[in-house]
Amino acid sequence: MPWNKVVDRAMSHWMEATGPHSDVVLSTRIRLARNLEGFPFPHMLSEGQAAEVIRKVEAGVREIDKIQVPGVVSPVELYRLAEIPPLARQVLVEKHLISPPLAQDARGRAVAISANEAVSIMVNEEDHIRIQVLSSGLDLENTWTLASRVDDALEEKLTYAFHNVRGYLTACPTNLGTGLRASVMVHLPALVITGQAGRLFNTLGQFGLAVRGYFGEGTDAQGNIYQISNQVTLGRSEEDIISNLNGVAQQVIEHERKARDHLKRQMRAQIEDRVGRAYGILTGAHILSSEEAMRLLSDVRLGVDLGLIPRVPVKVLNELLVAIRPAFLQKTAGKDLGPFERDVRRASLVRQRLAA
Amino acid sequence: MLCQNCGQRPATVHIVKQVNNHKEEYHLCETCAREQGQFSMELPNFSLQQLLASMLEEGPWGPMPGSLQAPAETRCPSCGLTFRQFKERGFFGCGQCYTTFEGELLPLLRRMQGSDRHVGKAPRRTGGRLRVRRDLEQLRQQLQRAIAAEEYEKAAELRDRIRVLEQRLEAGGEGGAVE
Repeated sequence: MPWNKVVDRAMSHWMEATGPHSDVVLSTRIRLARNLEGFPFPHMLSEGQAAEVIRKVEAGVREIDKIQVPGVVSPVELYRLAEIPPLARQVLVEKHLISPPLAQDARGRAVAISANEAVSIMVNEEDHIRIQVLSSGLDLENTWTLASRVDDALEEKLTYAFHNVRGYLTACPTNLGTGLRASVMVHLPALVITGQAGRLFNTLGQFGLAVRGYFGEGTDAQGNIYQISNQVTLGRSEEDIISNLNGVAQQVIEHERKARDHLKRQMRAQIEDRVGRAYGILTGAHILSSEEAMRLLSDVRLGVDLGLIPRVPVKVLNELLVAIRPAFLQKTAGKDLGPFERDVRRASLVRQRLAA
Repeated sequence: MLCQNCGQRPATVHIVKQVNNHKEEYHLCETCAREQGQFSMELPNFSLQQLLASMLEEGPWGPMPGSLQAPAETRCPSCGLTFRQFKERGFFGCGQCYTTFEGELLPLLRRMQGSDRHVGKAPRRTGGRLRVRRDLEQLRQQLQRAIAAEEYEKAAELRDRIRVLEQRLEAGGEGGAVE
C-alpha cells in the first residue's frame, strides 16, 4: 500500500470504538523500545549506519508477514520518511502512527505500518526500533501480547542490544529494562466538571503512573482527554506493569462513570443544556478553532455516552479527533491553508460528519 | 474583564493577595502582569537532561557517592562518549556505555527506576539464561495449575519440560549463555 493511502484516510483500526470500556477509554497503546547490537544509538549514527539499520529492520519487518504473526493484519510496509513530504508526515503524527520528533527530521528514519494501522514500528527515533501497538478501548493484555509477538518476529532477524542484568538497552536510561511504555487514553469530562480530576491525578503519581494531555508530553488535556502511562521500566516485569496500569484504569473508569451518573441525576438540566448547546454549535458553526472543536466534541461525546444524543456514532467522534487536525485538513484540501481557512474547513467537516 | 492596568487587553491573570485578613485582588493581562513582576509566565525549563544532571550532582539527599570522584574523562571504548556528554544530552551513545559507566549509573537507576535489575522479558537468542529462567518460572506456574486441576497427563508433560530446562541451565554454568 503506498503511503498516500495511509495518509488519505482519517480512520484507523483503534477508532472503531469496539474495545472494552470504550465509553471512557478511547485507546490502549503499548510501546517497546529496542536497539540493535553493534550499532551506536540513533543520535550517534552516521548516515550510512542509519541506512544500514533501516535495511536490517526492513528484513525483520518482512519476517512479520512471512510468519503471519497472529493479530497483525498484513502486510506491514516500511516507508522511508525522507520519501514522504512534510505535510503527510505531520498527518502520520496526527494519527498517532509516528512521534513528532520522527516527523521533524526525516533523514535516516523510517516507519513500518500494518494494513489496519494497529501496528507501527518507528526506526531510528530515540532508539533504533520503537514498536507501537494501538487498539480500541481498554485492552492492555491483548495489546501487550500483540506487541510481544511483533517483537519476537523482529528478533528472528535482528540481534537486540540486551544485558543479562539491565535488560533491553535503550538510548535513555528512563526506558531501560523492559523498554515498555503502556498507556491508555481516557475521556474524563465528568471528573473534570465535578472538580475531581486534579485529586485523582495526584493519586496516580503515587502508583508510579504519569498523566499527560492528548498529544503527549508537555501538552494540555484538550477535550478532557488524558493519557495515563507507566513511568518505571526497570525492576518490574511487563505483566506487572500492565496489570498495575490495568487495575488503576479500571478504578478511573469506575470513578468517571460514577461522576457521570451523578451529573445525570443531580444536574440533568445543566448537562442536557451543555450537551445540547455543544451539539447545536457544532452542527451550526461555520468557523471553528481546533480548541473549540475539541471542547465541544468532548461535550457531545459525554452526551452520547449518557444517552442524551443518540444520533452520533462514537467512531465518528473518534475519527473527527484526527480529521480536524491542521495537517489532515490541509492534506484533504490538497493545499496549504491559513488558520482562518482551516477554521472554516473544520466547521464544514464537523457539520457534514455530524449530520451524516 | 479588561486588564485593570492597561485597560486594553483582556485580563487573564487574576491574583488574590491576602495578608492578615486584608484581601487585595488584581486582574491583569499577561503583558502587564509580567511587566509588574506579579506573575512569571515562563515556566522553568525543565528538560530531561537537567533533571538527570541534577540527580547525578546533588539530589535532595546530598551528593551521591561515586558521582563526584567519577573520572569525568573516561570514554566509552565503543562509541567514544564521556560521562559528561551523557549528563549534557541525557542519552548514552551505545549499549557498551551501560557497562563503561556502570558505577556512575547505578545510583541514578535506583533513584529513577527504584531498581537496577531487569526482571522481564528476554530475547530468545541473546537473552540466554534470563530467558530460560523466565520460561522455567512460567512452566512451574502452569504445573501448579495443572496439578490443582488434576490434569495429571499435562502435569507430567510440564514436569519433563521443566527438567530439560533445568538441565540446560546447569550445563550452561553461571556465566555462559544457554542457547
